[in-house]
Amino acid sequence: MAKLRPTPSQTVGPFFAYGLTAEQFGYSYNAIIDRTIADPDTPGEHITITGRVFDGNGIPVPDAMLEFVQADAAGNFRTEPIELLAPDSPQQGRFVLSGTTRNGAAYHSPEFRGIGRAGTEQTPAGTYWMQTVKPGSVDNEAPHIDVTLFSRGSLRDLRTRIYFSDEAEANATDPLLNEVPAGRRHTLLAQRREQNGQVFYDFDIRMQGEGEAVFFLMSE
Amino acid sequence: MTDQSTHPPLYSPAYKSTIYRSPKEALIPVSDRLRDRSMPAYGQSVLREFDNDLTKNARINAEPIGERLKVFGRVLDTNGRGIPNALVEVWQANAAGRYVHRAEIHDAPLDPNFLGAGRVLTDAEGGYVFYTIRPGAYPWGNHYNAWRPYHIHFSVTGRFLDQRLVTQMYFVGDPLLNFDPVFQSVPPHARELLIAQFSMDNTEEGFALAYEFNIVLNGRNQTLFE
Repeated sequence: MAKLRPTPSQTVGPFFAYGLTAEQFGYSYNAIIDRTIADPDTPGEHITITGRVFDGNGIPVPDAMLEFVQADAAGNFRTEPIELLAPDSPQQGRFVLSGTTRNGAAYHSPEFRGIGRAGTEQTPAGTYWMQTVKPGSVDNEAPHIDVTLFSRGSLRDLRTRIYFSDEAEANATDPLLNEVPAGRRHTLLAQRREQNGQVFYDFDIRMQGEGEAVFFLMSE
Repeated sequence: MTDQSTHPPLYSPAYKSTIYRSPKEALIPVSDRLRDRSMPAYGQSVLREFDNDLTKNARINAEPIGERLKVFGRVLDTNGRGIPNALVEVWQANAAGRYVHRAEIHDAPLDPNFLGAGRVLTDAEGGYVFYTIRPGAYPWGNHYNAWRPYHIHFSVTGRFLDQRLVTQMYFVGDPLLNFDPVFQSVPPHARELLIAQFSMDNTEEGFALAYEFNIVLNGRNQTLFE
């Protein structure tokens, strides 16, 4: 049978925020994917990943969107569909997605979603953050988060990865990281820092030029 | 192997914003094993009643202004199999060519009864349908007298890591398609894949015109439950 041709990609444009990241930007529409990948009581080390996206002139990009997909702290990917839990479930009180179901009941998200979405903000220019747990190792890979970057001026999604600066041993044997030229691997390393008892990882993405992030060919 | 010839090049200088937002280094291919990682999926409970009806999901006191449309189609893999439970998110300008977004400076009127955002999950056969109003064209600053063709933005999330597509649906017969560097960035032979076709058979009598837009995501010889 003849293969169907993939639908061509087009830019996300400058105006996605009220549809794809509405709550973050204060539009009157709910979000089902947001900056919380794991609830506060999800097992694992809770971390915040933050950074900026820069264009080829070194100017922060204030209208990009990032999506993170990752395993949980034990290295398991979420396989069950994400459903909203009824208000009377034992898990009531966990991170709440605002809004109501079609039956009018308030709803609650499950604890580990495994996917997050953040827009870069105007102030400080180009900043994003994402709350999650540090992922565990999957198979023979080092802990990592798959990142997809969308922006005005990008006609296709750009795929990169976050590895962790405090996982030098695991990073050294990661199969994909070892396919990256040694001089460029640093663009995939999120740098750990601790502040007021919280763990942060700083991860900037340079779209072009000096320090250009490594981007992977995922969809052909 | 899937067909890699339908996507636009990242560097497409006629669309000026690509000049400094496209990587210079070659992309590094990843193995099939990594591309086949499953993506978290969503169940129907995450949707609200009018999420797939943009004519109703922001209504305050009247119908939104414009020509009602029913947009429908299937989300498929390259083998022609429907992808169930794919998340289809859409956003668009109103009938006057104005986005709700605060950064929009075009002085066409806002419509208090229209937001222009919606979402739907595909059914067991990969089918989807949503209702909206026909979006207007609008000017933009790319070059002198630049206008975007009528279009609806789509964000589609399938079941595998590489089944992730952001694209734009255009309308058959729009004369602006010939002048739009975003649409024209697509290789000529693949442009037809972005054009929704009018469907008299699916038009709802007395209510809405219908356009069909099928979306093909990457995907190899497997299904999720094999």
